[in-house]
Amino acid sequence: MILSCRDIHKSFGGIRAIDGCTFTVEKKRITAIIGPNGSGKTTMFNVISKLIKPDSGTIDFNGRDVTGLKDYELARLGISRTFQDVKLFQNLTIREHLQIAMSDSNEKLLSSIIKGKNRDSQNIQEVMDLVGLDKTFDTYATDLSYGQRKLLDLAIAIAKPHSLLMLDEPVAGVNPRLRSSIKEILRELNSRGESILLIEHDMNFVMDLVDHIFVMDAGRVIAEGAPQEIQNNPCVLEAYLGGSEEESECWK
Amino acid sequence: MIFSAYQTHIFILIFIYIILVVSLNLALGYTGLLNLGHVAFFGIGAYTSALLALEGLTYIAAMIAAGLFASVFGYLLVIATDRLRGDYLAMATLGFSFVVYSLLLNLRDVTRGAMGIPGIPKPTILDFTIRTNDQYLIFVLLVCAISVFIMYRIVNSPFGKLLEATRDNAVCLRVLGKNTLSLKYKAMMISAFFAGISGSLYAHYITFIDPTSFYISELILVLTIVIVGGLGSIKGSIVATALIIYIPEVLRMLDLPSSVLGPARQAIYAVILITILMIRPKGLFGKVDLE
Repeated sequence: MILSCRDIHKSFGGIRAIDGCTFTVEKKRITAIIGPNGSGKTTMFNVISKLIKPDSGTIDFNGRDVTGLKDYELARLGISRTFQDVKLFQNLTIREHLQIAMSDSNEKLLSSIIKGKNRDSQNIQEVMDLVGLDKTFDTYATDLSYGQRKLLDLAIAIAKPHSLLMLDEPVAGVNPRLRSSIKEILRELNSRGESILLIEHDMNFVMDLVDHIFVMDAGRVIAEGAPQEIQNNPCVLEAYLGGSEEESECWK
Repeated sequence: MIFSAYQTHIFILIFIYIILVVSLNLALGYTGLLNLGHVAFFGIGAYTSALLALEGLTYIAAMIAAGLFASVFGYLLVIATDRLRGDYLAMATLGFSFVVYSLLLNLRDVTRGAMGIPGIPKPTILDFTIRTNDQYLIFVLLVCAISVFIMYRIVNSPFGKLLEATRDNAVCLRVLGKNTLSLKYKAMMISAFFAGISGSLYAHYITFIDPTSFYISELILVLTIVIVGGLGSIKGSIVATALIIYIPEVLRMLDLPSSVLGPARQAIYAVILITILMIRPKGLFGKVDLE
């Protein structure tokens, strides 16, 4: 087990975004969280990466209780994530993005001034080759297309030292060719022993790629299992196609 | 003597302002901290250095103390405004400028209030007292070169790239394991330090300071220079300082009465700023958009 969330609650005013969410992510597996829009998947990602403080519940990462940590402290322990809307540093180059990702702490001011620019091109080239981003290192993030930005975002998450990779909709808005190449990248990472947790709406992508699925609806996990089990689960069909909470067995 | 006494005076002011402007650009342009309290650091530096030198401290020690004391205020300002962003941060830091101005005006036992501090000694370095303006020009050029070189190294180092990343997307930087609050502290303290140094150079050059030297009009001038030169460009700040300090001096040749000269100078700053914002919104050499 690499990540365990127990009974997480989070409300925004009167809206219960997360309502007793509990799940466990195993090491060296690709795990997906799926669910209809507004089911709390991204909120849960933000809670795990400490961008949002939960009202209650505990989170263990690599056997350690990380509930009280700050976002950057948790990131240093080895969680790397991407965002649904690609977040980059618009005035920095590809090289600078990856250099920032690869160093695992704040740069020391004095040594940074004395040493000056840092040029570890070999590691950068490896990550660029892995994600298949064919641009010069000195290209600015603003000069990249959406698909290339998505790949750079993925490259940053991979380059950052981590033991769990969390990807929020890695193939949202990308063309089919790029989608299959991202699938191959994730397979390759998994074959190297990486643990991956992702959110995705594209069912073909999820069913073909992942080992285990959690289905969320209304802020809690309503089903879990292997892709084949989930495809035939009545609760999942109900969550996606509609049904009454009171009558449903899934909510008991 | 290479330059006329008047030109020497203008060059000294330009070099003092280059330190002040580049240090503001470090916080505003490179780190994205919309700090309107910068002129307060300039004032704190000037008063600290002047008062310590009058108490008998050597000039270099007084100048470094001026930088450090301004840095402490930079740290306090970040603590006080940690949760504010954008316009709210601008308002709070502008408030800080007014608070410091008020303190300089009203802490009469220390600052002599509106009467100001006269007779600030010219710097003495290793038994050599800088007496003429030509000597002061060389000294100020040296301090300016060292200060700008250090700030240039900072912004081009991996640490400097973290400052830029903080400006572009602090959330993204935090999930990469970087403590953005600590980066903001450091950026503001470095920025305040050099503003304090420039304040010290100013005080010991003019030899008289009063609170009006550090009022909002100074802030507008410095901010105008940063924007005209371009956010996130040291080269832009240097060129714009030279231009904006020098251009209004042409007015003197027109032999205008002093009651017209002041407002005309402000009008020229306004025209330059508006023209630049219309033609080149990123400034002469800037790479960051004004938000």
